[in-house]
Amino acid sequence: MHFRFTESAIDTESSRGELQTSSAGGYVSFEGWVRDLNEGQEVTRLEYEAFEELAVKEGDRIIAEALRRFPVKHALCIHRVGSLELGDMAVWVGVSSAHRGEAFDACRFIIDEVKHRVPIWKKEHYRSGDSGWVNCERCAAAPRHSHAEHAHHHHDRVALPNSK
Amino acid sequence: MSRIPVYGLILAGGSSRRMNRDKAALRYQGKTQLDRAFELAGRHVTHVFVSVRADQTLDPTRAQRPMIVDSAGEGPIAGIRAALAAHPKVAWLVLACDLPYLSDAALDYLLRQRDVTAFATAYKSAHDGLPEPLCAIWEPSAAEALAGYQTGGGHCPRKFLIRHGARLLEPQDTRALDNVNTPEEYRHAIATLDNVAPMQLKIQYYALMREQAGRSEETLETSASTPAGLYEELVARYGFTLSRDQLKVAVNSEFSDWSRKLEVGDAVVFIPPVAGG
Repeated sequence: MHFRFTESAIDTESSRGELQTSSAGGYVSFEGWVRDLNEGQEVTRLEYEAFEELAVKEGDRIIAEALRRFPVKHALCIHRVGSLELGDMAVWVGVSSAHRGEAFDACRFIIDEVKHRVPIWKKEHYRSGDSGWVNCERCAAAPRHSHAEHAHHHHDRVALPNSK
Repeated sequence: MSRIPVYGLILAGGSSRRMNRDKAALRYQGKTQLDRAFELAGRHVTHVFVSVRADQTLDPTRAQRPMIVDSAGEGPIAGIRAALAAHPKVAWLVLACDLPYLSDAALDYLLRQRDVTAFATAYKSAHDGLPEPLCAIWEPSAAEALAGYQTGGGHCPRKFLIRHGARLLEPQDTRALDNVNTPEEYRHAIATLDNVAPMQLKIQYYALMREQAGRSEETLETSASTPAGLYEELVARYGFTLSRDQLKVAVNSEFSDWSRKLEVGDAVVFIPPVAGG
């Protein structure tokens, strides 16, 4: 199982360990964090929920696609569900590979596809006391098929500790 | 997809000779066939009209509905031509008023397979493989050829499609286009439709839809046969604000088509726009 959910803080150290293999020359990871501002509104916390049965299947399919497309060794994605505070890690993606280029590409592919395809929803709570489901409420008047352009909730942090 | 919109046209101008009664006024499951055809078409297109002869405009079965009145000649071709003339930039989902078994799935498939480069997109008859012109999408480009065909003495829309070519689809449900012409066929249709017992489905709600439904799951009885029909029912019940084209649907924990035939005990989940990461 390459895609999973957790209700507690993501343990990046042990997850990173699952990717290690002697043929890997490095590893790329992506962490998505809860940010304090979205589309001009001050965010105080987030709630994530998922249709876990289908989400895990779709997440596993995305990782299998990444492993077919890019010559990488291992890949893993972990997503939080439940209530998250500012700065909490909402999602983690890790990819190990012989060389760095494909590891970056595969990592980027996985996080992009996860955001578009996996049935996970996010409710934002604002400082104003208001709240809303991202992509569902303010856009309800203007239907959209792609959910791609919305809601980048995190700063990107990329680590490559041991590249050749 | 084409920019040419599709409107619905229910043909209800026939004289129902063999039935000896107005087929549009026949009732199934408590509704007239005209009402059933309007509701069915209205779930797939934005505007629906009834096609009538000039002498039918005051008929009580038809008078409540937006009409398109035949101007030249008689029969289904006159109705189709009148619609194409009334709205020349619109394609027409043309439905006969004697198709009680017609389903959301059949219309959904027809609309998805629409070929805008053909004069029409139509099902093949399950009985003889010939085009079924009266459950078909007629494109504006057919107007001129139809006029010529009628001027030349033609009156059969099926022969027109055979001669001029149409995009033809294999029927997905061989019964969907069975029409009802005789009192015997009417009795049979009533018995068959009434035997479609409501079935129990399990539905789970997530995110915005969970809040709007006020529950995270339920088991309910429905006579909807597809996820599309089921969503229609649930919108009426809970007032969901998301339109169907914003959603995906899963049946038994796998993504599904909106026109899939639902079975007893299926677990259905409507999936609002996702926002992971």
